[in-house]
Amino acid sequence: MGISQPTKAPEIIRERDEILSSQINEILELYRGERSELIPILQEVQQRLGYLPEAGLKRIARYIDLPESTVFGVATFYAQFKLVPTGRNMIRVCRGTGCYVRGASQILETLERELGIKAGETTSDLEYTLETVACFGSCALAPVVVVNDRVYGRMTTEKAQKILANKKEK
Amino acid sequence: MTSTVSTVSEQKGLETITLTIDGKEVQAPKGSTVLEAALGADIYIPTLCYDPDLTPYGACRLCLVEIEGMRGLPTSCTTAATDGMVVHTETPAVNQARRVAMELIMANHHGDCLTCAKNQQCELQKIARYLNIEQEHFDRLRKSTQILPVDTGHPAFIRDPNKCILCGKCVRACHEIAGAGAIDIAFRGYAAKVSTMGDKSIVESLCESCGECLARCPTGSLLPKQTVSPTREVKTICPYCGVGCSIYLGIRGNEIVAVRGDEESPVNRGGLCVKGRFGFDFTNHPNRLTRPLLRKEGYGKNIEVDGNFQEVFREASWDEALELVADKLTHIKEKYGPDSLGVLSSAKFTNEENFVVQKFARAVLGTNNVDHCARLCHASTVVAALAAFGDGAMSNSIADFAKADLLFVIGSNTTECHPIIGRIIRQRMESGEIKLIVADPRNIDLARRATVHLRHKPGTDVALLNAIMHVIIEEGLQDKEFIRGRTEGFDELAATVERYTPEMAEEITGVSKADIVRAAHLFAKADRAAVLYGMGITQHTTGTDNVKSLANLLMLTGNMGREGTGFSPLRGQNNVQGACDMGALPNVYPGYQRVNVEENRLKFESAWGTTLSETPGLTVTEMIDAAHQGKIKVMYVIGENPIMSEPYMSHVKQALQQLEFLVVQDIFPSETAFLADVILPAAAFAEKDGTYTNTERRVQKLNKAVDPPGEAKPDWQIVSELAEKMGHPFGYENTADIMEEIASLTPIYGGIRHRRLEEYGLQWPCYDELDPGTPMLHMGTFTRGLGKFHAVEYRPPAESVSESYPLILTTGRVLEHWHTGTMSRRSEVLDKLNPSGVVDIHPDDAFKLSISDGDLVTIASERGKIEAPVRVTDKSSPGLAFLAFHWRESPANALTNPALDPVAKIPEFKVSAVRAMLSVLDRASQDNEFLAKLAENPAEALKEYQLSEEEKAAIISGDIRKIESWTGKLDNRLKQWLIAKLSQEK
Ligand code: SF4
Ligand code: SF4
Ligand code: SF4
Ligand code: FES
Ligand code: FES
Repeated sequence: MGISQPTKAPEIIRERDEILSSQINEILELYRGERSELIPILQEVQQRLGYLPEAGLKRIARYIDLPESTVFGVATFYAQFKLVPTGRNMIRVCRGTGCYVRGASQILETLERELGIKAGETTSDLEYTLETVACFGSCALAPVVVVNDRVYGRMTTEKAQKILANKKEK
Repeated sequence: MTSTVSTVSEQKGLETITLTIDGKEVQAPKGSTVLEAALGADIYIPTLCYDPDLTPYGACRLCLVEIEGMRGLPTSCTTAATDGMVVHTETPAVNQARRVAMELIMANHHGDCLTCAKNQQCELQKIARYLNIEQEHFDRLRKSTQILPVDTGHPAFIRDPNKCILCGKCVRACHEIAGAGAIDIAFRGYAAKVSTMGDKSIVESLCESCGECLARCPTGSLLPKQTVSPTREVKTICPYCGVGCSIYLGIRGNEIVAVRGDEESPVNRGGLCVKGRFGFDFTNHPNRLTRPLLRKEGYGKNIEVDGNFQEVFREASWDEALELVADKLTHIKEKYGPDSLGVLSSAKFTNEENFVVQKFARAVLGTNNVDHCARLCHASTVVAALAAFGDGAMSNSIADFAKADLLFVIGSNTTECHPIIGRIIRQRMESGEIKLIVADPRNIDLARRATVHLRHKPGTDVALLNAIMHVIIEEGLQDKEFIRGRTEGFDELAATVERYTPEMAEEITGVSKADIVRAAHLFAKADRAAVLYGMGITQHTTGTDNVKSLANLLMLTGNMGREGTGFSPLRGQNNVQGACDMGALPNVYPGYQRVNVEENRLKFESAWGTTLSETPGLTVTEMIDAAHQGKIKVMYVIGENPIMSEPYMSHVKQALQQLEFLVVQDIFPSETAFLADVILPAAAFAEKDGTYTNTERRVQKLNKAVDPPGEAKPDWQIVSELAEKMGHPFGYENTADIMEEIASLTPIYGGIRHRRLEEYGLQWPCYDELDPGTPMLHMGTFTRGLGKFHAVEYRPPAESVSESYPLILTTGRVLEHWHTGTMSRRSEVLDKLNPSGVVDIHPDDAFKLSISDGDLVTIASERGKIEAPVRVTDKSSPGLAFLAFHWRESPANALTNPALDPVAKIPEFKVSAVRAMLSVLDRASQDNEFLAKLAENPAEALKEYQLSEEEKAAIISGDIRKIESWTGKLDNRLKQWLIAKLSQEK
């Protein structure tokens, strides 16, 4: 409905969507299609695909007969669900008070600029996801950045750039 | 008061309770909330998230009250009122808590009141004032920063999340009333907001543009783009569909600037669809006809007028134009006899106008050649239902859909074509109280919500229905008492359906045996079942048989003459029921009194003081054929557009070109007007008085709101003036006069008078001035006495697929448009929402044809071809294409089959064999036989053409450069297509 001028999807997106939708169909087959199954289905899709693709949410909405806006509402309500795929590297910047007063914002800004994305986003090559976190509990090391599982303390903007440069070389 | 299924008081019955609010003794229906009890007693409690039509939400916390014996301050909107309760709505504690709640709300409301279009109408401001929060304080609390992007994508309204206070009214309206579910609250904590799926613009969501959210938003968060406020309101009726929603037009000067649904109306209870809410700007469109126009000398009818309208026609005075028409009609009548004249009346204009038009044809012209477009939609209903029940109309009322246990929707895309009825079905399904069977070849919205979806092949309805009845009879589930006491012909029916086993039907219809059995069980076991149907049933060469089968099913299970049951043909046009009632049909006078019954003729002859023809006239489709053969010389087409609405467009066009004289009377220069000799400018719905009769036989009053543009006049006046010029003055002062005459000659309208209709209208039959009307027909006995079963056999559609035309095209409508688009395409909002025709094709067919979403395709049948972009969607079935008939750029009726139902003479719009081809390919293959062959059958092409090894190799490997060296340069899309096609062949 609405403005129904169809748009042409590029071939690649379509192929990727087809793979995703077949995976989602496999998951859905395990469920009866009841509304109460929403959260478990979302969890399973997230686990299998690493995130909840939009086409998948629509598919799920239809399967359990819920409005797609409601499914989207639920998916965005819980922090555990991701709507964009996460990159191979997860960079998390602490934004807790301890880190904040020691310049976490500048570090975040630098990383955002270097990667060309905002916090919460993933680079288009699916290499990096940038996130912020409330407090890692390592305030003594503030400001803190965690790359994958490695903790980097006493960060500076230079150090942040170096970490990225090292990653990119590999 | 409410758009949901039943009003609060209906649900709650008559039992009342008594409580004390602010020292006052208050009575309220049992089951009310404290808030409802207070509001009912005129005690104000501020609210922001309460709406009488929506489930209570308890979010804004403004409706807090103190209740003796209860701890804290409960929200009155979610607290049930009980007998003996003592409530205080204005205590210091309550006021303090409300102020805190209000401050919290305002802290999240970003924006500046001074620049907000809602300023002074904003609930937030009102309540702040009530709570004595000064504007200054208010401004301080309210952040003026705009932090979130505003969604301006919708042509009719904007969504500004900065001003949203998360009262959730829009969300609940969208889910509970519209049943669209386009928006919901998403994200969390501070980021929470009303969002579409994927947080995109509303136009990219499932939004149906009904505006129910907009009508309820307390702040400036949802705002219409049209912000001129009306200075007066006029109550009238929506001119689009047969639901007949009651509306208030907001008028400023001579323009409609706002519309709201009439909350008191039993039809729509305040609700509207996109057409009723946003579709009336066509009345001010610059293309409106404002003066009579005459075709200039020397301009033949074979020229294409479209662009050079001014050049071909010249303006004339009413006198000159009517004089000319009167002369011509008189002259041709004398020369060739009255039956050389034909009149098309219209289901778009009023009962009074239809009455005057058929009277003009019969009494002034002397012919029964008068018909209208009901021929193209429900002619089969009228014929079949008259035969089965004795009345050709819907048996029960719209309100009955809310009382049924089971609804069987067949051949009706209700949510798009009768949106307000569609809503009721959605609401009932959502409540879990009913079962829904949908039979439709397409995967329409209701099909997705249905308990069972029978996806049968187009035109196989009789086989499907016979099989359902087969199961019912075989298992003894029929209503034997009803059959014995109230019907005849059961044995013949039983004998016929005996052969329609589910196995056999599966073969014909493509619906699995199991689903047929399941549907039969659901239907037979429901206590109250109603059948709703539309053009998917009627527009077939077997239309009459299809309707008879539905009548059979209803009588077989005793689902007639009781609440929540019944036979419901959903009438398309706003006044198609009325146009039929008024005798704008070739075989009957008003009230279905046959013209060939002498007693009837004598009655009308004496009333009209003239002699009348006793031979039934020609139907629309027959008139077109007669014009083709030169038997009809003149046509007077009023408010219809046969070029676009009849099947087989080129044939209709030729027929109209051959006429000696064509008069077209309309509000716009329609496609048919281009062929006219004289064009007469008519008034639109808002510019005149009269009545429309909706799908549930409810006669409702239309009230004039604005003046017609220029010299345009209401149709009844034009026709009356013409009659006078032809020496037969009708002498009507106004439309109420005409209704008096209708009532005196039409028993079923005997008690209808304008003054009785101002409130909710009256449902016919209404025999005299004391008769309150008839919400339900056939109670106790059928209009014809006994209900009659008709044993009908399955016959396949007139056209079936072939090698050259492998797809079945079915036509229909879309939500945003109306018929041939004369009105809706000239509504800016509606046209922007849905600007062009799109052909729906199933992914399997798209794959076979190597067509992808958005490609321009050529659809061709034996009768013509058109181009339109394609939408690849599983809403269609394999082998099925769908195209609505609204767009003159891609007129579906250029393709459709004029084959007729033998009795009702309705054409088979729903089944035409077509082929689809990429348009670039279609064009290229016109001068390249090899490409044409390749498109049709690549394997054959390779065999048939004597190709060298080198050429074969090039084709097999998809070497485009080589191929181009023989075919010439190929379009890029064509290259892609070739590569895809050739790789499929491999
Ligand atoms: S216009 Fe209607 S369908 Fe669209 S969001 Fe509002 S309520 Fe929902
Ligand atoms: S947009 Fe309006 S109706 Fe919807 S939640 Fe916000 S304030 Fe309420
Ligand atoms: S449902 Fe029909 S009558 Fe009601 S507003 Fe829509 S088009 Fe008008
Ligand atoms: S504030 Fe950064 S780790 Fe605690
Ligand atoms: S009206 Fe009761 S909480 Fe909003």
